[in-house]
Amino acid sequence: MTWRPRLAEGTAPVLVVLLLLLVGLAIAGPAYDGPAGYLALLKRAAPLMILAIGQYFVIVSGGFDLSVGALVTAGVVIAARLIDGSESATTWVILVVLGFGLLVGLVNGLVTTKLLVPSFIVTLGMLLVLDGATFLWTGGAPRGALSTGFRTFGRGALDVPVLGEVPWSVLILLAILVAAALFMRSGTGRALVAVGDNDAAVRLSGGQVDRLRLLAFVLSGLLAAIAAILFGGFAGVSAQVGEGLEFRAITAVVLGGVLLGGGRGSVVAAAAGALSLEALFTLLNLLGVSGALESAVQGVIIIAAVAYAALGGGLRQRLRLWPKHRNSVQPVSS
Amino acid sequence: MTRRWALVAAAGMLALAGCSSDLPDEPSSGGSPSSDSPKSEFFDQAEYDRQLAFRNATPQGPNGKPWEQMLEPQMADTAKFAKPGGKYTLCFSNAAVNNPWRQVGFKTMQQEVKLHPEITDFVVLDAEAKDDKQVSDIQSLSGRNCSAIIISPNTTATLTPAVEQACGTGVPVIVFDRGVNTTCPVTFIHPIGGFAFGADGAEFLKEKVKPGGKILALRILPGVDVLEQRWAAANEIFGGTELDVVGVEFTDGDAAKTKSIVSDYIQREGKIDGVWMDAGATAVAAAEAFQDAGVDVPAIVGEDQQDFLRLWVDEGLNAIAPTYPTYQWRTPVVAAVKILKGEQVPKEWVLPQPRITSDNVREYVKQDMPPLHYAMCGCEGMPGYPGPWK
Amino acid sequence: MSTLQENISPARQSAVRPAVRRRFTPVVIVYLALVTLLVVGSVLVGLRGEVLLDQAGILNILTRATALGVVAVGQTMVILTGSLDLSVAYLIGLTSLLAAETMAGRESMVLPGVLLALAVAAGVGLVNGLIITVLRANAFIATLGVALILRGYLENTYTGPAGDVPRGFQHLGYDRIGPVPVAALLMLAVVALAWWYLTRTRPGYHIYAVGGDTEVARLSGVPTRRVVITAHVLCSVAAGLTGIYLASRLGSGAPYVGTDAGYDLESIAAVVLGGTLLAGGRGGVVGTLGGVLILATLDTIFDDLEVDPFFKNVVRGVVLVTAVALYARRMMADRARRRFT
Repeated sequence: MTWRPRLAEGTAPVLVVLLLLLVGLAIAGPAYDGPAGYLALLKRAAPLMILAIGQYFVIVSGGFDLSVGALVTAGVVIAARLIDGSESATTWVILVVLGFGLLVGLVNGLVTTKLLVPSFIVTLGMLLVLDGATFLWTGGAPRGALSTGFRTFGRGALDVPVLGEVPWSVLILLAILVAAALFMRSGTGRALVAVGDNDAAVRLSGGQVDRLRLLAFVLSGLLAAIAAILFGGFAGVSAQVGEGLEFRAITAVVLGGVLLGGGRGSVVAAAAGALSLEALFTLLNLLGVSGALESAVQGVIIIAAVAYAALGGGLRQRLRLWPKHRNSVQPVSS
Repeated sequence: MTRRWALVAAAGMLALAGCSSDLPDEPSSGGSPSSDSPKSEFFDQAEYDRQLAFRNATPQGPNGKPWEQMLEPQMADTAKFAKPGGKYTLCFSNAAVNNPWRQVGFKTMQQEVKLHPEITDFVVLDAEAKDDKQVSDIQSLSGRNCSAIIISPNTTATLTPAVEQACGTGVPVIVFDRGVNTTCPVTFIHPIGGFAFGADGAEFLKEKVKPGGKILALRILPGVDVLEQRWAAANEIFGGTELDVVGVEFTDGDAAKTKSIVSDYIQREGKIDGVWMDAGATAVAAAEAFQDAGVDVPAIVGEDQQDFLRLWVDEGLNAIAPTYPTYQWRTPVVAAVKILKGEQVPKEWVLPQPRITSDNVREYVKQDMPPLHYAMCGCEGMPGYPGPWK
Repeated sequence: MSTLQENISPARQSAVRPAVRRRFTPVVIVYLALVTLLVVGSVLVGLRGEVLLDQAGILNILTRATALGVVAVGQTMVILTGSLDLSVAYLIGLTSLLAAETMAGRESMVLPGVLLALAVAAGVGLVNGLIITVLRANAFIATLGVALILRGYLENTYTGPAGDVPRGFQHLGYDRIGPVPVAALLMLAVVALAWWYLTRTRPGYHIYAVGGDTEVARLSGVPTRRVVITAHVLCSVAAGLTGIYLASRLGSGAPYVGTDAGYDLESIAAVVLGGTLLAGGRGGVVGTLGGVLILATLDTIFDDLEVDPFFKNVVRGVVLVTAVALYARRMMADRARRRFT
């Protein structure tokens, strides 16, 4: 039995953190003594995990996508107005929302790569535009209503043989996660990481840097649209559904050990980071930590996570090198 | 170096040209029309008693027009502001239009203005929920030729100096919704208040939930005076019962977070017998958490938003909806016209604050209105309804 | 240090002659845009029978520019080193509270209040700088983390506005000389001081050196860590000044006065609008002042025209991206010229 799971570099720490949090949950909350509780947690975390996967593509290729939160709000508000409670409109509206996500990603990507504006600024601008345009269109507050069919994906569950009732959102998440992991092992996926690491080298070796970057933004937009469908389905129409999600998604990705600036980190770890974040909030809630301190704890944890990612590698290397040093270089005085 | 000296000289010239301050003189008194000081424990027995008594008081004013009614008014003379002849420029410094409540209210106000031909101009500055922008906005309105200035403050304490400054220009100032810590406005318009709102819901649960029942209290944010009052009243009432408040949680007004919290409590406690909320925006999400868990929705406190009212009627919920009525946005315009005509207005204009119960909920369900529309807008009879609100 | 550096694709050659190009530096573009905006705005407002640049209008623009201007000057310093600071918004809230609470309505406590607020601000800046340099955390996430910690403290400690600024100190927020608020003059003084520091002192050159290329700077003997830490301390002190100014204007401290106004992202927007490169190394406070004035003028014009607040955001977003795209094009042309001549 020499098979070892192939974990991408940097995945292990976040999995350890996640495991600790899950054990903590099991101790702290009676609801987490069976699979049902964890399934509920996964259902709740699914939209954020999907957002984190999208954000991962952009970050690993060296950019930022600050527009995903506004895109989620826009997706939900657009869907509610277009569906307006009519069941028959569900399918085409879902397609419209996905198409809208693609379009926003495409614009983000094109402005970044063709007009050479840093993605931080492009997506900040997009955030403002989406925020304003959506509510300009609906006259300030959401209108219309989502159909039952639309809400099934975020709210309902599917009867799966053996497993029983599994929420749709969990199934969608798993499909996306597997697809994303496979994609990152493909040539294109590896090239995407390479772009974040050193785009000049990719360019010199004939890689299509602009096209890869564009792809990352399009994927992020598409996944944000999917997350919008799940968020809207889970909790219904709301004007602030996407508020602050961009920072939460970036936090999740960083917690997953992905390097801001690109070139390092795995997509599974990014998703695990999102799940850890959600598990952390649930745990703090169960432990009765006041909501006010929640953000402080989150702040400390992300700083610790990046510091570990930046210094930890060096630390490990030093520890590994240490015996050799001892053999070769004797301390002069001790 | 010469350039810098030039600057200094220029500044000196300007100083000679007219050094002035927009800071008003010392305020006349410390008395405050706002119902609490910002850094209190939020529970104020006298104010609590006053608000609870207001609920049963009979309002003065025209029947069926609650936005023109007033509770126990002490009239103030406005003769000195009288400006016969009409052609009023009405100015309004709005805190924000960033939530459905303010949207519905603002649209109602705009329609109210159209009802008064005397008002020829309606100038609105939106502070986008920024205190310092609202300070500038009020300052900027003071510089225009406003006949009257209406202010809906973003926060209580921080807008006080700006409101005092506006009063200092001699234009009648009308404050509504949230108060400020000064008596200088001609009138301060508001519904009964947070204590009454919180008490309405808590008393309902006290009546409907058997002793020992588990209550979950959901709040939006800590630290907002209006919301703190609601909770302070509910807390006071729960304290005098056998009800077991198993949790007090903050939802940030986020539907997804609300739903998650309620799901957690259903799992943890096994059964929840009543849900109290300090604002109803996420009441539907809370109710859905019970539905998704496959249990009946317990006694629940919501608000007058259409999505909740529809769910209430469709599912036959055991519910109550205290309201913070959006029709209060009509009153400042009414008051402004009265003041400019020299008619008396109450110094503190307390509006009735109705609650919706299972007996009258059907009257308030409007199938064709948006899900986040507030039913208590008093706008059904306005010309053009429902167009602008849809 | 250039955490936000995005390598950009190879240059396109520009047909415009170098001489013309050189004249149109970002700073010139910003102020040309500002003048154009004032002219167009005056015409639009004039069509409604009102005047944009009357006494009230000038007062309005300058007042709006004051708070954002001071934060943006600080933000310029950190962005020039290739870093950025997302914690300024909460820090503004915190310092407004510290100042107002220390003063507690007493004239005698004005100076201690101001000093305490500035000292705490400097401390937060030091922490930001240390996390970025010693723990080698990305500036985005480091300052986001510090912002979250500050937010937790504010939410846990305060339930709303607190403290009381004595009336004597409120003059800072309300006095003016003609149409020019005194605070706006102080803001200009801060800009002048920062301009002098960045262009006329050795530490100032070092900021540009570190932002341009950290490795090269290090190799040529620049104490890169110290430069980054100093920039962060200065940035936080600027945020502290803003908090103190807002306290004087509001009469008390308010925990969310900085976040409600979005000073974190807005100050970054003003800096890049002013032509400073987000990746660092190029730009300056004069451009930033132009960016701030453009945003303040836009706001005032919007108010005069009673533009829908949601439409304002659309315009802000488009203006921001368009401006940066223009600068990027210009820079590519510059590089191309250097390469081919």
